[in-house]
Amino acid sequence: MEVDAASTFLEWVYYILLTYWPLFLRGAGITLLISLTGTIVGFGLGIIIGVIRTIPIDQNFNFLKKAFLKLINFILLCYIEVFRGTPMMVQAMVIFYGAAMVYNIHLSPIYAGIFIVSINTGAYMAEIVRGGIISIDKGQFEAAHSIGMTHSQTMFSIVLPQAIRNILPALSNEFVINIKDTSVLSVISVSELFFISKSAAGANYRFFEVFLITCIVYFIMTFTVTRILRYFEILLEGPSVYTIHGSQTVPEAEIRITNRERQ
Amino acid sequence: MDKIIEVRHLKKVFGENEVLTDINFSVSKGEVVCIIGASGSGKSTLLRCLNLLELATDGQILFHGQDIMQHDMSNAVYRAKMGMVFQQFNLFSNLTVLENCVIGQIKVLKRKKEEARKKAMVYLEMVGMAQFIDAKPHQISGGQKQRVAIARALSMEPEALLFDEPTSALDPEMVGEVLKVMKDLAKSGLTMVVVTHEMAFARDVANRVVFMDSGVIVEDDVPEVIFNNPRNERTRVFLKRILDER
Repeated sequence: MEVDAASTFLEWVYYILLTYWPLFLRGAGITLLISLTGTIVGFGLGIIIGVIRTIPIDQNFNFLKKAFLKLINFILLCYIEVFRGTPMMVQAMVIFYGAAMVYNIHLSPIYAGIFIVSINTGAYMAEIVRGGIISIDKGQFEAAHSIGMTHSQTMFSIVLPQAIRNILPALSNEFVINIKDTSVLSVISVSELFFISKSAAGANYRFFEVFLITCIVYFIMTFTVTRILRYFEILLEGPSVYTIHGSQTVPEAEIRITNRERQ
Repeated sequence: MDKIIEVRHLKKVFGENEVLTDINFSVSKGEVVCIIGASGSGKSTLLRCLNLLELATDGQILFHGQDIMQHDMSNAVYRAKMGMVFQQFNLFSNLTVLENCVIGQIKVLKRKKEEARKKAMVYLEMVGMAQFIDAKPHQISGGQKQRVAIARALSMEPEALLFDEPTSALDPEMVGEVLKVMKDLAKSGLTMVVVTHEMAFARDVANRVVFMDSGVIVEDDVPEVIFNNPRNERTRVFLKRILDER
C-alpha cells in the first residue's frame, strides 16, 4: 500500500526513513556502543602493553627478572603481530565460531563484537603508545632520574601524560576506523548499522536509497566523534594564559600573560 | 676537609672509544670546582658518570667514602643527594613551574604536599621565579627555564649540585641572569661541580679549576695558577685559544 505510494527517488528515501528510522537508530547505537567500548578498552590495553614494552632492561636486573621481561615482551610481540596481520573480519569468524566449537562458549554476537574490536584496537594502540613514549625527549627521563625518581615514577607522572597528549590524534583515528569497521561484524550477525541496512535494502530491493542514508548516518557519527576528541585535545593542552603572582616586592602585581609561543 | 665525592681511576669506554682514562679527583664540602676543556674532552661524560646517568666502565666513585657503584646504595637515594642542572634545562613540560619543583620532593623524599610547596617557594624566590609558578615551561624564556631547573634541583636539598654547561644553550643576554644565581649559590656555601665554557665565571667563583683534555685531567689547581701561570703546555694552548676568541 504505502510501497505503491513511493515511486520517485526522494519518495523512496522518505518512505525508508519513515519506516526504518527506529532500526537505523538502533543499528547506529550498537555501532557506537561496540566502537566506543572497543576503542576505550583497546586504548587501555595499548597503554599497558606500550608501558611494558618500553621498560629498559637494566644491567642491575638479576637473570630471572631479565628472562621474565624478555618472555613477556615476546608474548606481547606475538599478540601485536598476529592481530595486526590478519583481517578483523577473519578474526571475528575464528573467535566467534571457534569459541563455540572448541570451548563450547556461545558468545552473544554483541559481546563477541566488543571483544574482537577491543583486542584488535589494542594491538594497534600498543604500537602507537610505544611510539608516543619513545618520541618523548630523553632529557625528560634524565631529569627525572637525576632527582631520584624511579623508572615507573618517571613513566606515570612525566612521560605518559606527555605521550598520551601526543597520541590523541592517532586515538581519534582509531575511533573513526572502528566506527566504520564494526560493519565487518555483520558476518557474525551483530545487528549494527550495516547489518540492519542490508536487511532493509533487501526487503525493499532499494540499495541505493538505503545505503545513502546509511552513509550519512556513519558520517554524522564519525564527524561528531572527531570534533569531540579535538575538543579534548585542546583541553589537555592546558590554559594558554597564566597569572603572574604578586611578590613581596610588588604585592599588587597580578598580571595575566598570554602565550609566548605554542608548541 | 670532608670529602663528599672522590673519584678513583675512573674509566669510561663507548664501544671502541675510550672517553675517560684514569680520572682521579675529589670534591670537598663547600667547594666550587669548575671543569674546563675543549668539546669532546670528556667533561660532560665525567659529570654524567658522577650522577650515574652513564655507568662508568671501571674505577670507583666514593660518596662520603662509600662506593656507589657497588649496589649497597640505591641509585635513587644517591641521585637525590646529587642534584643536576642540564644544558637543555629538561624541565618537565607537562608540569607547571611549581609542580616541577614539588614532584621530586613528594615522590622521592615523601614530603607532604604543603611542606614541599613551601620548600619549592623558598628556592623559586631565591632564583627570582616565584612569580611564575603557574607558567608551563614552554611559556617562559631560556634563562627563566634554567633558573627554574636550578630551583628544582635545590628543592631536593642535595649535598652537591652538578652543572652540565648550564649557559651553553642560552641566548647571550640571558647568560648573565643564570650566572648571577650560580654566583649567589656559590657564596652561600653550596658544593658545586660546574662544567663550563664561561672562563670569567671559573676565574672569579671557583675554588679549583680542573682542565681536561682527551679524557684525562691535565691540570687541577686553584684558578690563579690555571689562568695566570699554567704548568702544562696543553692548558696554556687551550686558554690562549679561548681567551683570544673573546
